[in-house]
Amino acid sequence: MIIFAQLKNNISTMDSTVVSTGTEGKTWGGGNQPLKASYGKMMMWFFIVSDALTFSGFLAAYGFSRFKFIDYWPIADEVFTHVPFLHGQELPMIYVAFMTFVLIMSSVTMVLAVDAGHQMKKNKVIWYMFFTIIGGIIFVGSQAWEWATFIQGDYGAVQTKGGNILQFGAYKTIDGEEVFKRVAVEEFAIAAHSDRKQHQNKNGLWFVDEGALPAFSVEDVYHGLEAHPNILVRTQTINEEGEKTVLSREESLAQLKANGKRYVKGANLEVNEYGTPLFADFFFFITGFHGFHVLSGVVINIIIFFNVIIGTYERRKNYEMVEKVGLYWHFVDLVWVFVFTFFYLV
Amino acid sequence: MADHAHKLEIFRGLIKFKSNTQKIWGVLLLLTIVTAVEVVLGIYKPEALMSPSMTPFEGGLGATLLNITLSAFIYTKSLNLIFIVLTIVKAYYITWDFMHMRDETKSLRRLVVWTAVFLICYLVFILLQEGGYIESVYTNGFVKRDF
Repeated sequence: MIIFAQLKNNISTMDSTVVSTGTEGKTWGGGNQPLKASYGKMMMWFFIVSDALTFSGFLAAYGFSRFKFIDYWPIADEVFTHVPFLHGQELPMIYVAFMTFVLIMSSVTMVLAVDAGHQMKKNKVIWYMFFTIIGGIIFVGSQAWEWATFIQGDYGAVQTKGGNILQFGAYKTIDGEEVFKRVAVEEFAIAAHSDRKQHQNKNGLWFVDEGALPAFSVEDVYHGLEAHPNILVRTQTINEEGEKTVLSREESLAQLKANGKRYVKGANLEVNEYGTPLFADFFFFITGFHGFHVLSGVVINIIIFFNVIIGTYERRKNYEMVEKVGLYWHFVDLVWVFVFTFFYLV
Repeated sequence: MADHAHKLEIFRGLIKFKSNTQKIWGVLLLLTIVTAVEVVLGIYKPEALMSPSMTPFEGGLGATLLNITLSAFIYTKSLNLIFIVLTIVKAYYITWDFMHMRDETKSLRRLVVWTAVFLICYLVFILLQEGGYIESVYTNGFVKRDF
């Protein structure tokens, strides 16, 4: 009984007394901000660090797979050669460089918006935010176009039984130099009549499905190759000069006859005409994940843009919210700098 | 935040800008030049840069240690090494000037940069090392399981 009363007494003193620790006003007395950053900004930085780790996970996995197939990996320069409105011209990197520049530019307008926010200049913030959003939309649009071009493909190839890719081309003399130029399978394959129809669940087993049939069978490609003596097969193997190996005429015919399995055009997650399937998989995942970040960045920017217009931050008397989305936007740009290097340059 | 002071010098004080806006345009110019250099190198691929700048040392433990220390020059093509260095330069200026890392306290800067740099280097080292090992198994050391 006495103990209980004592305990009760203790609890009531704990409730009512503020404990004096003797550290008030000192470093560990609480209430100071050693990092001199607001809660929101800190949390944005923490998010950025964790997101940076996600992206480096993707890029490191790309490096892992590439090191695994270091002598067979597609050469990015030969894959990304397209620029909108310039059909049939080979312009490696030009469009990706343009996209990079657009994103850097929109980062600049974003940082100018943040700067105008510090000076409480509402109209300037509105305009700079507007340009930032436009830049983001151009970038996402360009990426969609890149995807469409990549998925559609242009030359086509034959996948072998071992899962490798055989591409086709011919030596042409350009400016007095013998250069190997790719030739589209559609240009030389001889399509034979085929009774094989696509299996759909309405004309066969209802629980089995099949994708669209390839435009050519391997026999069609082989007959075409036989009929065109100048066309040769190029394998995935990178030779001493850093170029893909071109087979001799006899080897080309023999290789296609013995190992050809199916005609492939463009790319999906399972197979692609550029080389090892992992190349397309990483292209879709890395640029897709980044594109999704840009898209969400654009959406967040639009929300903040309208908040600026209706004067939310003017009333709040600070534009820190613009600074916080700015951090995110710059981070997206930062990631692209790395994707550009490791996917397109190296 | 109106009284926010910006540090206006880059290149360790070699260039000092008059205002924050001017610094932003200066950094844009720098980033554009670096990207342009990357694209030009990427398109023309100069023959001289297409191989590593040093050959591996041969001999005992000392040679191995040298190979590890100088691995960036011995096992990476010079061109790729240039690309990686330029990328890090760009990343530095984006983080320091666009994300205002230059104006944050030293502790916030270290909190973010050291954590990320350490973890990313660790991950990249492990995965690339393992990738190279698997490649060597594919090419040289095929192990038969059916005896």
